Amino acid sequence: MTAQQSGEVVLNLSGITKTFGPLVANDSISFSLKQGEVIALLGENGAGKTTLMNILFGHYVADAGTVTAFGHELPKGDPQAALDAKIGMVHQHFTLADNMTVLDNIALGTQSLFRPSFDRAKAKQRIVSHAEDFGLSVDPDALIADLSVGERQRVEILKALYRDARILILDEPTAVLTPLETDALFRTLKMLVAKGLSIIFISHKLQEVMAVSDRVLVLRGGKMVGEELTANTDRKALAGLMVGEDIQPPKISEPQTGKTVFKLKGVSAKGVGTGADLQDIFLELKAGEITGLAGVSGNGQAALAALISGTLSPSKGSIDINGEAIRSWSPRSALAHRIGRIPEDRHAVGMIGDMSVTENVVSERYLGSRFSKMGFLNWGAARRFAESIIRDFDVKCPSPEARVRLLSGGNMQKLILGRAFDGDPQMILASQPTRGLDVGAVSYVHAQLLKARARGAAILLISEDLDEVMTLSDQIIVMSKGRLSSPSKRGARTIADLGTLMAGHGFEGASDISSKEPDHAA
Amino acid sequence: MRLEPKPAPSMAVTLLYPAMAILATFVIAAILVMIAGAAPLQVFGLVIKGAVGSQFALVETLTRATPLIFTGLAIAVAFRAKLWNIGAEAQLYAGAVMTILLGTGAIAAPAFVLIPVIIVGAMTAGALLLLGPAILKTRFGVDEVVTTLLLNFIFLLFVSMLLEGPLKDPMGLGWPQSERVVSEGRLPRIIQGKRLHFGFILAIFSALAVWLIMAKSVLGYEMRAVGHNPQAARFAGIPVNRVLVKTALLSGGLAALAGVSEVAGLKGSLTLDISPGFGYTGIVVAMLALLNPLGVVVSAIFVAGIFVGADAMSRSAGVPSYISDVMVATALLSMVTAIMLTRFRIRWR
Repeated sequence: MTAQQSGEVVLNLSGITKTFGPLVANDSISFSLKQGEVIALLGENGAGKTTLMNILFGHYVADAGTVTAFGHELPKGDPQAALDAKIGMVHQHFTLADNMTVLDNIALGTQSLFRPSFDRAKAKQRIVSHAEDFGLSVDPDALIADLSVGERQRVEILKALYRDARILILDEPTAVLTPLETDALFRTLKMLVAKGLSIIFISHKLQEVMAVSDRVLVLRGGKMVGEELTANTDRKALAGLMVGEDIQPPKISEPQTGKTVFKLKGVSAKGVGTGADLQDIFLELKAGEITGLAGVSGNGQAALAALISGTLSPSKGSIDINGEAIRSWSPRSALAHRIGRIPEDRHAVGMIGDMSVTENVVSERYLGSRFSKMGFLNWGAARRFAESIIRDFDVKCPSPEARVRLLSGGNMQKLILGRAFDGDPQMILASQPTRGLDVGAVSYVHAQLLKARARGAAILLISEDLDEVMTLSDQIIVMSKGRLSSPSKRGARTIADLGTLMAGHGFEGASDISSKEPDHAA
Repeated sequence: MRLEPKPAPSMAVTLLYPAMAILATFVIAAILVMIAGAAPLQVFGLVIKGAVGSQFALVETLTRATPLIFTGLAIAVAFRAKLWNIGAEAQLYAGAVMTILLGTGAIAAPAFVLIPVIIVGAMTAGALLLLGPAILKTRFGVDEVVTTLLLNFIFLLFVSMLLEGPLKDPMGLGWPQSERVVSEGRLPRIIQGKRLHFGFILAIFSALAVWLIMAKSVLGYEMRAVGHNPQAARFAGIPVNRVLVKTALLSGGLAALAGVSEVAGLKGSLTLDISPGFGYTGIVVAMLALLNPLGVVVSAIFVAGIFVGADAMSRSAGVPSYISDVMVATALLSMVTAIMLTRFRIRWR
């Protein structure tokens, strides 16, 4: 896309400052957006991107600074004003009613409560014409619940267009998309810009920013640390700006593959939440190897993680650990078989926010003689264990008595690692282990996983971040609609191959294999 | 208007807000007293005098506090694990019925045997009464608020039936009241000739025991974990349902002790009016104590003092003693507001 330097300024943010207690989320940020321009807002988690957009959209009230759209200053703290100023936002987490149709969702909130009738045909006509203009194909009469994630995102964009948005803000729009869907989204964005819309694209993925934007704004620690024309910069320079230091990719040695530790044989199980059910899964994890599980979220990863964690029992099939079939399966039996578990949601599942660091780190082993005797806990020993994790895993916290809720995501994850890696687990389940962490914490988690691999642990890495999977994994398996693809060795499949599998194509062969004795489990 | 979370509150704030809550309680009560046509300071003076102003008043207050400590502990234990036991009233009566069954001559034994037998039997009865709702909750997801609340009415009618039938005292001149507990089954008085009985000592001891369980034991740790985050507790391998059932047994047993204390300690026989809602007031007591077992003792004495003091006050000042209900309710609301304000900041826009 070419930068349209001559376009008039449609949006101007000036001196936006927002603090939450001692934290400065936005420090005097100013920029302007021109008509027909795509600017990318690049920054790590916690850099202040989402806060800034929430201020622009009136969800938060800035401590200082002004927002001007099309020449008029927006009143503070009024989302309706932003909508009226023709600003539309597509949130990272969709805001659609599942039990209503596409048409109803789009029209929701645009009609007066007191209007007796609603011209559905006209509304439908308008949606269809927008959809055709911008390559946003979706059936207006379909229920949201029946749509894929990519289709839901299109509905969100249509919703903004239906309200005549001239400025579109997309918050991490590709996080939930397959590579193919991402390409389609980018084509749509180009068409929108060609019609004169302006777009703010929020992301932390460099290659997307390079592909889609005219101009890049880099945020770090709440400050604007760089503004570059995309054409004049490159990924390396942007990465440096974003992190503030050079980051070294992890060094990965040859795997020392050992015996098979964990095996799922023809396992089926009910899905977790809205995720897919597991269907006839064959999986084999070997000591000293990282197996990466790629896939778009909601395709059964949560169920597989719950199954391995012990919170979900298979409805069919069997679990083998070190060649022995497991009879009863629970979190405690998973722990007893020395499986270290890093759950996907560290706030809701990994840690108990209102309890202390000490209370949290012993939660998986409080029954053993190490921490309790005659029904009473040995808090001295528990505290020493917490102190050792704080020291060994470099956790930043005021004291072992501090409530976990007060810790940052990275420090919380380090506590979980410390708990999971205690007792030298023979197998590690790492489910989305770096989601929402800053780059420093991400590389720390990666290093710890590689260390466990070198020690001979069998590791299953479940991640939606394809880069992460491809970097760390010795073998990669793709999950789609509750099924697993055959595994491929490092580098054996290209991104395009993996993308095809992620979209659910090419599983027919794999399921044929798995219905017989699977070759990869031999 | 909206709430924004505050960073960890300082010590000064954690103490200041409850103090302001007590002040607010008195200000609001003062307004009502003035509406009733009396002078607030005089009325408050009479309430305090009636609650703690004499040995008689103090003994009355502690006697009234005794069942509240038990029901308050029962609620504190259950609520800590987020098991919403609203049925302490029924569990109290279960304990009272068991006291009558065991203590009116069925067992001939000296006091040092009979009293422990009554205590254990009553606790078992209260525990079993809460076991049903706990199992319905863990097995079928039935809301325990509904089941425990409704069980109060069912059980009270059941007690009424017993008192009109099998448990009716043949010498009772037709009143629906049970036979009297034999002297070996009565809890001894602490001071000769005063109403305060051994049940108060048992209540203090229970509070210490519950504190020890909650703070130091494996079960207390499990209960707190389940209460704060059942999903994370389950993930860590804590058997959530089993912990909830154990919590129910402990909670029901504690509430039943209030029944033992009232029947074997104070009244001597069972009637339908041994509890003027101690089971429900226990919820207020536990909430005022922020579910802290030792705090329950203090808040039970505070609540009992207001009730006893207001009774005395209404006799001399002519203000209805219902003011005590208002004061206790206001104290609870103020305290809940104060706790919220220590955690959140209100933003107006």
